[in-house]
Amino acid sequence: MNTPVTEAELQAWVDGRLPPERRGAVDAHLALHPAVAARLQAYRDHDAALRALYQPLLEQPVPPAISARLSLPLRRPGWRRWILRQRLAAQAGQGHAWPPALRAAAMLALMVSAGAAGWLLHGVADHAADRLAAADTRGGAVSLAALPRRAALAHAVYTPEVRHAVEVGADQQAHLVAWLSKRLGAQLKPPQLAAQGYALEGGRLLPGQSGPVAQFMYRDASGARLTLYVSTEQSHNKETGFRFAQEGQVSVFYWIDGRYGYALSGNLDKAALATVANAVYAQLEPAL
Amino acid sequence: MQDERDRLIACIPRLRRYARALLGGRADADDLVQDTVERGWDKLASWRRGSDMRAWLFGIMHNLHVDQQRRPALNTEPLDDQLPLAAADTSSDGLALRDMDLALQQLPPEQRAVLLMVALEDMRYDEVAAALDIPLGTVMSRLSRARERLRLILQGQPVPSTLKVVK
Repeated sequence: MNTPVTEAELQAWVDGRLPPERRGAVDAHLALHPAVAARLQAYRDHDAALRALYQPLLEQPVPPAISARLSLPLRRPGWRRWILRQRLAAQAGQGHAWPPALRAAAMLALMVSAGAAGWLLHGVADHAADRLAAADTRGGAVSLAALPRRAALAHAVYTPEVRHAVEVGADQQAHLVAWLSKRLGAQLKPPQLAAQGYALEGGRLLPGQSGPVAQFMYRDASGARLTLYVSTEQSHNKETGFRFAQEGQVSVFYWIDGRYGYALSGNLDKAALATVANAVYAQLEPAL
Repeated sequence: MQDERDRLIACIPRLRRYARALLGGRADADDLVQDTVERGWDKLASWRRGSDMRAWLFGIMHNLHVDQQRRPALNTEPLDDQLPLAAADTSSDGLALRDMDLALQQLPPEQRAVLLMVALEDMRYDEVAAALDIPLGTVMSRLSRARERLRLILQGQPVPSTLKVVK
């Protein structure tokens, strides 16, 4: 019983968390020190006021946005990919395919709220993008909106070039890939777009906002060019769904994947570019 | 699965209340809650079954909040954005809530977090230590300092500066 009373024990006394065997000692201590007892009583009063004042907040209805994600399947490999595909399909004006693996989850969502399920599944990418955009306006050093702008600019500057469109041609593809990978500090692999009618012409290194970025250039039989802009400075940005931007004549599809930002630019309409973007995305995504 | 979902949903009102008190009624409190709920849902596998989900979620919220605080100055919310929710509420309760908000905001953030978890959320000290990833002794010293500081503020007494004089 002669163990001195510690400040931690006084705090535990305030919270009613003192072990029974120490209660006598603390009570005796407080009887001897009225100033300490008054201080602890004030703490108790303030805690009670805190609880009373904030208690009503527990009764407030929860905004639906907070729990919207809970109506979606758990994140798993392929989940985000599917969301991106849905968004891309929507951009290209195609219907929505429902992968079998997600049917059960979708049914659950339907049961949870029949009317809202479609909206939830459809809206999640929009939602993520909106929040991303909102975060962006807080003024990061490298903003998401800058990605399509820079990509479109680089596209507009280099695609009209006849002789110097690329720094390293596709005929030296191994060198091109090794060089750009080394400079960006990441293993890059230009997607093959022959099925879409585009052949790799080559690539170049460009200044990004805080470091180098790569631009791969493709060309179809008629001479029309597409560029794929790859940035590795997006680690601060959350992953996002496909987004579309129109910068003058240049259409841009862009998305963030981890620290990578991709932007596919072309003087094409949205649907045609979406088809190519889908092929690019499918090849960039590591095999699941 | 459904059970875990229900548990998580049941925690949301408490997460909102805590975020509201932690951020002093700032409009982005619900953003923090939403981020926490989404992170928790994505990381559900890392929640130990049988443990208190609420304490686990508070830990997630704490980490998210610290991350947000660490962002460059440009990314932080300007003071003008502080919108005490009770600002329009001039009832005595509304004013008292605003006074308490203002008093809490004068506590150093790390002390405020401990005090709110203990006094408002009634969490055990070891749960607070786990959620904040700090030793139990640090929980107790922060709690002690937070309470004394809050007492001085609420009683209108001069509050000792947290800055130490270097001699």
